[in-house]
Amino acid sequence: MSVSRRRFLTWMGGASLGTAVGQKAYAASNKAFTGYPDSMGVLHDTTLCVGCRRCEEACNKVNDLPAPDVPFKDESVLNQERRTTAEAYTVVNKYADASQPAGVTFRKLQCNHCKEPACASACFVKAFKKTPEGAVVYDASVCVGCRYCMVACPFNIPAYEYEKVLDPKVMKCTMCYPRIKEGKLPGCVEACPVEALTFGKREDLIKIARERIFKYPEKYVDHIYGEYEMGGTNWLYITSTPFAQIGMREDLGTTSAPELTAGALGAVPIVVGLWPVLLTGIWAMTKRKEKISAVEKQQAVNEAVAKAEAEAGEKMAKAMEKAKKDQEAAVKKEVKKALEAAEKAKEEGADEKEEDV
Amino acid sequence: MSDQNVVAKKSFFPPDRSLYTPLNVVCGVILLVGLLLTVMRFTGGLAAVTNLDDNYPWGLWIGFDLMAGVALAAGGYTTSAACYIFGMKRFHSAVRPAILTGFLGYALVVLSLNYDVGRPWRLPYPFIVQRGTTSLLFEVAACVALYLTVLFLEYCPAALEWLGLRKLRNALVKVTMVLTIFGVVLSTLHQSSLGALFLIAPSKLHPLWYSTYIPVYFFISSIIAGLSMVIFEGTLSHKYLHEKMDETYIAEHDGLVIGFAKGASFVMAGYVIIKVIGIAVDNQWHLLATPYGLWYLVELLGFVALPCYLYAVGARDKNLKLIQWTSVIAVLGIILNRLNVCLIAFNWYLPWEKKYIPHWGEVGLTVFMLTIGVLIFKFISTKQPIFYEHPDYKGHH
Repeated sequence: MSVSRRRFLTWMGGASLGTAVGQKAYAASNKAFTGYPDSMGVLHDTTLCVGCRRCEEACNKVNDLPAPDVPFKDESVLNQERRTTAEAYTVVNKYADASQPAGVTFRKLQCNHCKEPACASACFVKAFKKTPEGAVVYDASVCVGCRYCMVACPFNIPAYEYEKVLDPKVMKCTMCYPRIKEGKLPGCVEACPVEALTFGKREDLIKIARERIFKYPEKYVDHIYGEYEMGGTNWLYITSTPFAQIGMREDLGTTSAPELTAGALGAVPIVVGLWPVLLTGIWAMTKRKEKISAVEKQQAVNEAVAKAEAEAGEKMAKAMEKAKKDQEAAVKKEVKKALEAAEKAKEEGADEKEEDV
Repeated sequence: MSDQNVVAKKSFFPPDRSLYTPLNVVCGVILLVGLLLTVMRFTGGLAAVTNLDDNYPWGLWIGFDLMAGVALAAGGYTTSAACYIFGMKRFHSAVRPAILTGFLGYALVVLSLNYDVGRPWRLPYPFIVQRGTTSLLFEVAACVALYLTVLFLEYCPAALEWLGLRKLRNALVKVTMVLTIFGVVLSTLHQSSLGALFLIAPSKLHPLWYSTYIPVYFFISSIIAGLSMVIFEGTLSHKYLHEKMDETYIAEHDGLVIGFAKGASFVMAGYVIIKVIGIAVDNQWHLLATPYGLWYLVELLGFVALPCYLYAVGARDKNLKLIQWTSVIAVLGIILNRLNVCLIAFNWYLPWEKKYIPHWGEVGLTVFMLTIGVLIFKFISTKQPIFYEHPDYKGHH
C-alpha cells in the first residue's frame, strides 16, 4: 500500500498536534476570547418593527437572490412562521401578543454572526470565517457540502441548495460584508423605514440597548438577546414581548460552540499517545503469561516424565531384584533337588551294594 | 489454482441451477434500482432522491449508513484486539471474516458519503486544501480514512494467499500487531467522535440523548455492536457459506459465540450503568415520564438491558439459538440508538409535520449499499481463504 508506517505516524502526529496547538487551545486556558474589538453588529428593536418586509426585499436585491414566489409587498406570508432558506437570507415573522398596540410583534430572523460561531468551529475545511469586522463569511470555493454547519448552528440559520447538482452552496446572511468593506450599511438596515435596525459597533449597540431598556423599563423585557447567548452574537435583539413568544430560544446557554467540543478534541492527542502504550502493555503481558504458562507446562511435563521414569526405574529394580531372588531360589531349589537326587541315588546304590553283598 | 477457481465458480454459480433464482432476481432488481438512484442523484442533485431540508441536513444516509454502519463494522477491531492483543487465540478463525466485514463496511460508508455530500470530488479538501482541526468531523474524516487503509492492509493477506504472493503476504502478516494497535487507536477515536459530533448542538438533541459523555457512549456501544455483529454474521455465514469453512473454524465457532456473548453481556451491563449515570449527572429523571422518555426507556431497557440479560443466560446455558437471536436484538438496538441521536431525538422540539421522514430513494440507496456489501462478501469469501486456512499457510500466523 502507499501508506508507509512513517507517513502514517506523521499524519497522526500532525492531526493530534493540530488539535493540540490549534487556535482553540486557549479554550482550556484561563484566557477568554471576548470577541474582536470594534466589531460591527446590528441591534433589532422589535418594538419598532412594522413587518413591512422591506428588509427582505433589500436583502434579496443586494444578494442577487431569486425572485420570491410571493411578492415582497404581500404581507400574507407573515401568517406562517418561516425560517431562512437558500432563497431568503432573512425573513420577518409575526407573533401574536395581545399586550401590543397592534396585537402582534414582528421579529426579523437572519444569521446572528456569533462571536465564536458554531458553523466555523464545526467546519472541517474552514469554509467559515469570523471577520474582525464582525461578519461570519463563507467561502464556497472549498465547501465539501457535508452540512455539519447546519447541524451545529444553534439558530438554524444556514440553508443548502439541495437541488443543485454541481455547485450546491450553503446559503446565509453575510451581514453584507462586501458593503461594509465599502463603508455602506447592510442592505436590510439601509432599507428599514422605521429604524427597527441599528448598525454600529457591537459595544455601542449594547449601550444603546441598555439605555432604551433603562429609559422604558415598563416597555422592554430586561434582556439583550445575543449579549451572552452561545458566547454572544453580533446581532442583538431587544423586545417588549418575551423572547420565547417570538420564537427565540432562551435555553441556549452562554457557552460558546468551541468550548462545547474542546474537551473531546483535547482527548484526541491523549488517546493517540496513551492507547498504544496501554495496548502494547496488555499485549506484552499476555505474551509473557503465555510464555510463562508454556514454560510451566514444559516443567510440569518434565517433572512428570522424570517421576514416571524414576518410578519405572524403581519398579524395574524391584522386579530385577525379585527376578534375581526368584532365580536364586530356583537355583537353590534345583541344587537342592539335585543334591537330594544324588543323595537318594547314593542311598539306593548303597542298598544295591548291600543286596549284592 | 485453476482447479480451485473452477470449484469456486461452480459453487458461486451452480451449473445445475438457473441464474434466475428468487434471491438473484431480488438482488438484481436492487442493483438496478441503485444504479437508477445513482443517476438521479448525480443529475438531479440531493433534492431529487432525498427528503433532506434545512432543518434536517442529515438524513438516513448519515444516520444509518454512516453512524450505524461504522458502529456495526466495529467487529474488525474488537475481534482482532481480542485475538492478538488480549491473547484469546481461540477466536483466531473469526478474525478474517470480521476484518473483511469491517473493511467492506467502511468502504461502503465512504461510498455512501460520496452520495451524501454536496460535492464529493472535494472530499480530500479537508486534508489537502485547508485543515479544519477545530472540527470533530475533521477527526472523524481523518480516522475513517486512515482506518479504511488499516483494514485494507489487514484484509490483504487473505487476497495475497489467494493470489500466491507469498513474500508480500508474509511481510504484511509480520506487522499484524502494529496494524491491530493502530486499528484500536483509530477506532477509539472515530467511534467516539461520531458521538462527539453532537456535542456542539446541545439545544438540538433531546437532553436524554445529549450528554457530555456521548463520545464514551458511542465508543462503548461500538464494542457491543462489534461483538454482536460477529455473532450475527457467524450465524448467517454458517447457514449460507458452510461448505467454505474448515474444521478449525467450525470447531472454534461455538466457543466463539459463547465467549462473545459473555463479553457483550458484560459490556452492555457497563453501558447501561454509564447511561444511568449520565441521566443522574444531568438530573434528567423527570424527562423519563415524557413521550421521548418512554422512547428512551424502550431503547435502553428493550434493546440493551434485555439483550444483556439474554446473552448472559445464553452463555450460562450454552444456548446458541438464544445467543444468536439476542445478537439480532442487540444489533437493532445499536441501529436504533444511532437513528435516535441523529434523526429521531434530533430537532426534538420541532412539530411532527416538520420532522424528517426518508425519501424512498434514500431507503433504496441504503438497501443498495447493504446488498453490494453482502454480494462482495459472498464473492470474496467463496474465492479467498476467509473461513478456512489456506493449505499452504496452515498454522502459519
